Amino acid sequence: MSSARIDITDVSVFFPLYHGSSRSLKKTVMAAASGRLGQDRQSRVVVQALRDISFSLQSGDRLGLVGANGAGKTTLLRTLGGIYEPVTGQVRLQGSVTTLLDTTLGMNLELTGRENIQLRGLYTGVARTDIPAMEEDVAQFAGLGDFIDLPVRTYSSGMVVRLAFAMATALRPQILLMDEWFIVGDAEFMEKARDRLEGMVRGAEIMVLSTHALEIIRSWCTRVLWIDQGRIREDGSPDEVIAAYLGHPLPAPAPAPAAT
Amino acid sequence: MTVLEFRGDMSAATRNRLALLDIVEGIALWRLAWSLGWLDIRLRYRGSILGPFWLTLSTGVMIGSLGVLYSALFHIDTRNYLPFLALSQVLWGFIATLVGEACAAFTQAEGMIRAVRMPLFVHAIRTLLRNVFVLAHTIVVIVVVDVIFSVSPGWHAPLALPGVVLWMFDGLAICLLLGAFCARFRDIAPIVASIMQIAFFLTPVIWKPEQLGGHAWLLPLNPFFAIMEIVRAPLLGTSPSHTTWLAAIVYSVVLFALSWLMFVKARGRVAFWM
Repeated sequence: MSSARIDITDVSVFFPLYHGSSRSLKKTVMAAASGRLGQDRQSRVVVQALRDISFSLQSGDRLGLVGANGAGKTTLLRTLGGIYEPVTGQVRLQGSVTTLLDTTLGMNLELTGRENIQLRGLYTGVARTDIPAMEEDVAQFAGLGDFIDLPVRTYSSGMVVRLAFAMATALRPQILLMDEWFIVGDAEFMEKARDRLEGMVRGAEIMVLSTHALEIIRSWCTRVLWIDQGRIREDGSPDEVIAAYLGHPLPAPAPAPAAT
Repeated sequence: MTVLEFRGDMSAATRNRLALLDIVEGIALWRLAWSLGWLDIRLRYRGSILGPFWLTLSTGVMIGSLGVLYSALFHIDTRNYLPFLALSQVLWGFIATLVGEACAAFTQAEGMIRAVRMPLFVHAIRTLLRNVFVLAHTIVVIVVVDVIFSVSPGWHAPLALPGVVLWMFDGLAICLLLGAFCARFRDIAPIVASIMQIAFFLTPVIWKPEQLGGHAWLLPLNPFFAIMEIVRAPLLGTSPSHTTWLAAIVYSVVLFALSWLMFVKARGRVAFWM
């Protein structure tokens, strides 16, 4: 059927640091007035969040990203999702993409769960007649009960996560990009989440998951990238890369990985 | 099948194409923009009894009291002055609030912009529609005042329509221009606010253009006057002069050009500025 595909070639992403007053118009105008604008541009402090990243993914791939905090995993996910555009290199995405990055997922916390689901449906182009069914599916899967008609700000963090997850997976995206926060769900929810995710990945689509929970990576992923200081340090099967990352092989599967 | 392609070294043509694509995709999502704009208003007044009709009420009270005060100060007959003030104040309120909120068009949607890829134009449409919804509530005041003083713009009123259409395009352009500019430089918004404050006094909103006497020919030099007059004059029962229309079109074209240049340059960078 479909052929979702991701190609990343020599991608680098730099973050300009505009902290404090360096972001202001004053500095820029002052610099321009004194003929230092070019120099200012050159000497602007940037964080090299990603450097020369290249890889390809196709239907059926489940990629795990591991690495220390600040290694560039979330930036890579945002780049894969088309949110950040690369400074150099090329990103090519084929297929519909869903990104699960922040827990709030671009939700408006003042709106009710139902209103957020409706907005999400409108954004992804769900037919208006199908939105009630989507509300039902999401509310039921997330187990929100009557909370669905209360503002999201009144939810517990677990409920927000469940709502976000249910919303993202209600749509059967071709490419799913996920950050580690969704692990926050309770053990029972993790089992359900795994069933739903596996159903989605079985539809020959792509998943990219960034997490520190190596057990989950080993049981869900077919390939792992170790990102270190914005570069790919290792690329290979989960067992190989996890062993290299930890410095020793991951112990035999724990009895209840979902409890991680 | 959606295919997205981004390169670090995009040619000018590609940048223009991506900016155009953003606008086309944004228009396709107008329902989303409509819902977001409407929810913005509902949220602002959630839990209040009158809801958005507070806008109607507060505008009505302000126009009623200012109308009596200024007609006394300017020695103009209230019957003559109040319908003018109601119309001008409501239209100016729309322009000034839209320009002010255009500054936050993107920064206000920070959460969404960082969470999902979405055409930025959606946020421009959202900001415009939100202000159109507000205008729809304040227009009631004009109707009430016109009924009380039994004035009517007559057959000139439909001539306001081309002006209203131009306003919509200008509104979207200003949202893209100021939205991107203010996302990058956070101190533009206060500058814009003070410019609008000065513009309010320099533009015939509370005073009538005739009061300038021999200097009235200067008015089309004020972009706010030209843009406002193409809608206001027909609703007051006169036609805007050709000079006014020409000025409004020239200012709009300049705005479109600036806004396009800004958007082509900033579109891929806005997510980094959040």
